[in-house]
Amino acid sequence: MVVSTTPRPGARRGARSPGGGPPRPGRRGLARVTALIPVRLRRLGLPYLLILPAILLELLIHLVPMLVGIAMSFLKLTQFFIRNWSAAPGAGLANYEIAVDFDSAVGRGLLHSFTVTVVFTLLAIGLSWLLGTTGAVLMQGSFRGRGLLRTLFLVPYALPAYAAVITWSFMFQRDSGMVNHVLVDQLGLADDRPFWLIGGNSFVALLVTYVWRTWPFAFLMLMAALQNIPSDLYEASAIDGAGWWKQLRSITLPMLRPVNQVLVLVLFLWTFNDFNTPYVLFGKSAPEEADLISIHIYQSSFVTWNFGSGSAMSVLLLLFLLLVTAVYLMATSRRRSHA
Amino acid sequence: MRMRSLVKAGALLLAVSTSLAACGGDDGGVKEEAAAPKTLTYWASNQGPSLEADAEVLKPELARFEKETGIKVNVEVVPWSDLLNRILAATTSGKGPDVVNIGNTWSASLQATGAFVPFDDQLLAKVGGKERFLGPSLAATGAQGQPPTAVPIYGMTYGLIYNKKMFAEAGIEAPPKTWDELIATGKKLTKDGKWGLAVEGASVSENAHHAFIFGQQHGSELFDSSGKPQFDSDKQVAATKQFLDLMAVHKIVNPSNAEYANGTQAVQDFTSGKAGMLLWQSIASSAKAAGMSDEDYGVAPIPLPDPSQGGKQVNGMVAGINLAIFKHSESQDAAADFVTFMTSKQTQQNLNKAYGSLPTVTDAYDDPAFQSEHIKAFQQILATTAAPLPQVPEESQFETLVGTAMNQLFADVASGKPVTEEHIKAKLTEANEKMQAGS
Repeated sequence: MVVSTTPRPGARRGARSPGGGPPRPGRRGLARVTALIPVRLRRLGLPYLLILPAILLELLIHLVPMLVGIAMSFLKLTQFFIRNWSAAPGAGLANYEIAVDFDSAVGRGLLHSFTVTVVFTLLAIGLSWLLGTTGAVLMQGSFRGRGLLRTLFLVPYALPAYAAVITWSFMFQRDSGMVNHVLVDQLGLADDRPFWLIGGNSFVALLVTYVWRTWPFAFLMLMAALQNIPSDLYEASAIDGAGWWKQLRSITLPMLRPVNQVLVLVLFLWTFNDFNTPYVLFGKSAPEEADLISIHIYQSSFVTWNFGSGSAMSVLLLLFLLLVTAVYLMATSRRRSHA
Repeated sequence: MRMRSLVKAGALLLAVSTSLAACGGDDGGVKEEAAAPKTLTYWASNQGPSLEADAEVLKPELARFEKETGIKVNVEVVPWSDLLNRILAATTSGKGPDVVNIGNTWSASLQATGAFVPFDDQLLAKVGGKERFLGPSLAATGAQGQPPTAVPIYGMTYGLIYNKKMFAEAGIEAPPKTWDELIATGKKLTKDGKWGLAVEGASVSENAHHAFIFGQQHGSELFDSSGKPQFDSDKQVAATKQFLDLMAVHKIVNPSNAEYANGTQAVQDFTSGKAGMLLWQSIASSAKAAGMSDEDYGVAPIPLPDPSQGGKQVNGMVAGINLAIFKHSESQDAAADFVTFMTSKQTQQNLNKAYGSLPTVTDAYDDPAFQSEHIKAFQQILATTAAPLPQVPEESQFETLVGTAMNQLFADVASGKPVTEEHIKAKLTEANEKMQAGS
């Protein structure tokens, strides 16, 4: 569609310019050059020319740093060489060997962090999706105050990550935090004030904060998708005697499938990579129980000044995410083509 | 995400440096001697209660420098949480300030990057010679046998800071002289929701500093003679346990302190009267901000160990701030002038008075402000029983790894897990292994 419409304005302009005002000499020269290129190629080439700046910027901003990162992972890039990377001796696969040697402290740490991240991601996606779907379905019919509720639900998503998470970190403080004030002082659910920012509960704190921040995104996506389901389907099924639950299972959820497919993938990639939430909540060193992989890698490179090792871990993470994404897309698209 | 942050840091630096270069160009064009550099960029560390307060303290001094030399200094006060990363980014990219404050424990680590101009004899002579500086502070300026990578500008060490009113109420007449006395004192103070002592239990650097101080008391060396880390020696385990036991066994530290991470919460507990003692550096500016006068609190040495049990008579580390010149600076002469100015008697007196820290040059001590009880107590500790952290390139990794291990141990203690010697050793061994894998 883009290809067929874009050449038209160009062609019109080309036809008008000889008869229009006096053409500037530079423009005539340009016209002569362009005249040398066959019309077919010009038509086909224009869209590519137009997106060229975007492609170049994309390469510069995403691909080049990625390749630099991959190159770094094969270097022994410690503090002695950060001033002059080219002087850093090659490390071969040593950085990778250390990262996957699960008998060593480094490998064990990475494996532990990976496990924590997998569990965290599954729970976070599940809860965000469940809350998002529930919210969207409940907001589907119109009622008084729906607009207000929708806005309210979107607030966590609209807040800047830092401001939102730092507020949670105050709320989770043991002595002066609101969470313990409500749980212990007001509801009397526990005698001793629990810790939320250290120890086992830190995982729960991280999960709650993350889901709170993320579910509005699922809610937004699904709410938009629900608008596309024709209301006749519900009317027809109601005539056939289908109740609310039956409608949900047989109409709403199947119709949401394409959106869900993308939503779950996006949530997975975001969650697995999330850095802001644990960093703001716990600072540079997260508690072991909530040691998500991105902050673990940060710690392994920036804080211990071992950029080669950190890069190797990043590359491993990249490979893992690519693999999961590929398998996921294959599995879901096959299912769709069977259906 | 690490790559992304590198890119971000790079882009930011680029933006900052180009805009600064633009400023420099403008100034140079207007005044005479267009070739002479007229502008320096200076990153200062955060010494006072806020970044803005520090900028206010520095302003008149920098104005004086500009009047004397015609060199304008653009200062930025960088928070501690960012300073090392910013320096690393400047080192990596070769773009950044001309002059920078560094935590003196990082000296050898940063020296190894080769990013700073070494202070050889000629440069040292320019700032008045090595002899002007206090010995202990000068010992924390880089690896032995190499020219210093930076010169000290603010000196500090650890002391036992105690609340005089709370001591009097509990019938305690003098600050504790032995570790047992400290525990007994702490127990007397711990009652009615108040605690004997406050610690910053989730602060990597505070924990690392205490690991070092008590390690010295037990005779532990963090690196052996060949430079190999030995963070998990029995002596270091015992030292770590001694510190953790304040919370775990003697229960004179509020378990909530295990989540104090930002470097100000323990001080707040002290200045608000929630805890009676603090093992800390100067709290002068924070105490003032909290409405505590100099007479309300005292400074004593942290108890030394019994000499008969071996170990070293150490109760503080040589803490403080050094000033370094980046090699990538295009105005190194002007930068050297600035270092000379910052270490001059007048500037030393003005700035250290404002921050409650110790001048690092001997001739600055004739000001009566440095004869106060607190300053003299810190000065005495720094001069006699403070030891510098190992001046080896791996020092900053030690701080991160052992500090983090102690964060986790405090978390374990706070959540009621029994913290045994085996458990501590396992954690420290892990830190040791990570250190070796990285080297």
